[in-house]
Amino acid sequence: MIRSVAIGLAIVLGAGMASAQTTTPTRGGTLDFAVVSDPPNYDCHAHETYVVVQSVGPFYSTLLKFDHSRYPEVKGDLARSWTVSADGLTYSFQLNPDVKFHDGSPLTSADVKATYDRMRNPPQGVISLRQATFADIASIDTPSPTDIVFKLSSPNPSMLQNFASPYNCVYSAAKLKDDPRFPLQNIMGSGAFRFVEHVRGSHLVGQRFDGYFVKDRPYLDGFRIAYIPQPSAMLNAMQGGQIKAEFRTIGPADKARLEQAMGNRIKFQEATWSTGLIVAFNTEKAPFNDPRVRRALSLALDRNAASAGLRRTSILREVGGLVRPGAPFAASATELAALPGFGRDINAARAEARRLLAEAGVSNLKFALVNRAVAQPYTPAGIFLVDQWRQIGVEVEHRQLETSPYVQAVRAGNFDVALDFQNQVLEDPTYTLLRYISSDKSPENPSKLVDRELDGLYEKLVRETNVAARTALIRAFEARVMDNAAQVPFLWWNRLVAMDARVNGWAMSPSHVHGQDLVDVWLAP
Amino acid sequence: MTLAVPAPARARPNALWSFISAQPLGAVSLLFILGMVFASLFAIWIVPHDPLKLDFAEILAPPSRSYPFGTDNLGRCVFSRVVFGARTALVIGILASLVGSTIGGLIGVVQGYFGGRLDFYVSRFIDILLSFPIIVLALVVVAMLGKKIVLGVDMNLVVAIAIPIIPKVARVVRSASLSVREMPYVDAARASGFSHQRIVLRHMVPNVFAPFIIMFTAFVAQAILLEASLSFLGLGVTEPTPAWGLMLAGNAADFYREAPWMIIFPGLAISLSVFAFNLFGDALRDHLDPRFKV
Repeated sequence: MIRSVAIGLAIVLGAGMASAQTTTPTRGGTLDFAVVSDPPNYDCHAHETYVVVQSVGPFYSTLLKFDHSRYPEVKGDLARSWTVSADGLTYSFQLNPDVKFHDGSPLTSADVKATYDRMRNPPQGVISLRQATFADIASIDTPSPTDIVFKLSSPNPSMLQNFASPYNCVYSAAKLKDDPRFPLQNIMGSGAFRFVEHVRGSHLVGQRFDGYFVKDRPYLDGFRIAYIPQPSAMLNAMQGGQIKAEFRTIGPADKARLEQAMGNRIKFQEATWSTGLIVAFNTEKAPFNDPRVRRALSLALDRNAASAGLRRTSILREVGGLVRPGAPFAASATELAALPGFGRDINAARAEARRLLAEAGVSNLKFALVNRAVAQPYTPAGIFLVDQWRQIGVEVEHRQLETSPYVQAVRAGNFDVALDFQNQVLEDPTYTLLRYISSDKSPENPSKLVDRELDGLYEKLVRETNVAARTALIRAFEARVMDNAAQVPFLWWNRLVAMDARVNGWAMSPSHVHGQDLVDVWLAP
Repeated sequence: MTLAVPAPARARPNALWSFISAQPLGAVSLLFILGMVFASLFAIWIVPHDPLKLDFAEILAPPSRSYPFGTDNLGRCVFSRVVFGARTALVIGILASLVGSTIGGLIGVVQGYFGGRLDFYVSRFIDILLSFPIIVLALVVVAMLGKKIVLGVDMNLVVAIAIPIIPKVARVVRSASLSVREMPYVDAARASGFSHQRIVLRHMVPNVFAPFIIMFTAFVAQAILLEASLSFLGLGVTEPTPAWGLMLAGNAADFYREAPWMIIFPGLAISLSVFAFNLFGDALRDHLDPRFKV
């Protein structure tokens, strides 16, 4: 709890200091920044990768967006106000008037309806990864060009956050009517910037949209994204002044290098990242079908020592449970310490681990840990896990695979134990806990575990709107997950964004997909 | 008339002493190689720390009495990892070179002995293999085979490194066996009705052993370098196994500015061992090949 408060204070103080240094925004200038690779196509609805949001996000508006000063609270984007009925079944939005698409056509509630219809019922040939997210929407009405009403089939406490997802780019109904696949190859939104050009493998350029509906925004004349796959090349570009920012993350060693080379010409913002590493056991394979074995292997991990040590040289940082540390509904330090594998007495935990292995009749346990062949943070995390298990007499082969074969192996169940990751784009537990329910209900669950008690807790959680009751359900869910130990959290990542000291107005958030519309970003002279 | 008094028989000089006196550089390199072998065999008693042990209190510590080569980004002793890395380098280097040289040598002898169409077709196939750069060929093989760990050694990695060695050794041994084939004792063996297998194994192989042993020694160096390259590229040995190429890869690239010892010592180990094996191979060639004895 103290750590969470400290992180929150650090973020708030950091933001406060940044805004105190330069308070009067300046218009003009082009923001050059780096993204690791081109988007596969431009359709926000069809992707979950951040390169799409960072590349295409500034061209589009969404109904709501996250308020970074009060994250994960939401605020209006196209919506200037909204109401939610007492029964939680009706969401009514009033849209900003005079919103225009980049082709000059007006944006009305019909465009928002066409967009959400496309996401929840994608036409043939259109991919929507948001279909399940909006499955609770029963109907969408548009009583006027600036009013839109969503009626739900059952209450869903995560719905406001769902509406604020940056992947819900609002498209033109007319363009969708002509060709539902129009957004795949074309960019035509109502965002603060209009599309200029995209040269694959090189760059993407956006220019200020003078008809943007927010007065006096954006500040920038435009932006230019350089696609740079190699981290070292990205750092060189930043050091040489070719780019002014990279909005995903850099590591501690990169920070030291930039600080040394650039002095006060560079600045940093950091926060606990909504991404974490998870140890997943294949419960269809012996001896990992025995919960005692899984629990023993989780108990052997000294997460507190890992956090203290690995944070110095990797992007791994906080010890946490199923919910990101510092987020609403996250376990407090006391609650966490009571969970198996999170206690402070590692010797006692390892003694218990050895006892459990002996009780399960597993001696001389040997297995392979499947891990991604990515230096940060997978390699140091994998080495640490091997070391920890060695200390209770378990021999582990560390098998590092390239991303594609890794994903294939984990999804197909071709592993004993895997070091998996989760990326919580939304903070609501309905979204974040989905990967832990039975694998026949959640394809995201690599452990193949079926646990109807967990499913029951999740179903209650999805329908529960009372905060105290939700919190209690989450704690029960977390305890159950740690007890059957099919997937156990290891460490949460730290997000560290480096940018030129002249870049202002960009707000840090725990997810690298939020805050990328660049509306409030400006460059000091 | 004087009686010829036979001179007292001079003792035949010891082969090792003869090598040392004729090839002092080769002797020094042999000493270095023996040192490596000794370190590999007795690593557990030589190193001050467990090479796999993480010590977060000593992350990126500079060289000191306790950590002679400093520590890495996880607090592991670089000296201990370099010493244990010699074991990985030697096991994979010697095994790969032995497998590659033996198969290549046998192919070369058979080619040279039989000649004709067999020799022609095998030679063309070897030409194709030789047209690939050695690292590219190894990369293809290791990507196709994946990993197969036997007694802690990735046998597929050994095979991947051995395959590019085969055509090179086959080419050299074939040349040597072409001249051996024309020797009277081979003709005599043929006339005596000995089988091809007996002629090849009993009469040809022993007489091409000198070029074989030279090639084997030289390719140990290549194999060590190849293992280090593949590990550096993430296709060889995996963490946390101590291996020189691996120590230069991944996180070492992030920290070499603040902890240069992370790359200096494994880099030196690779350079010196490859240099030693190459020198030893050259010295052995000079010593054994009569053409170099003027």
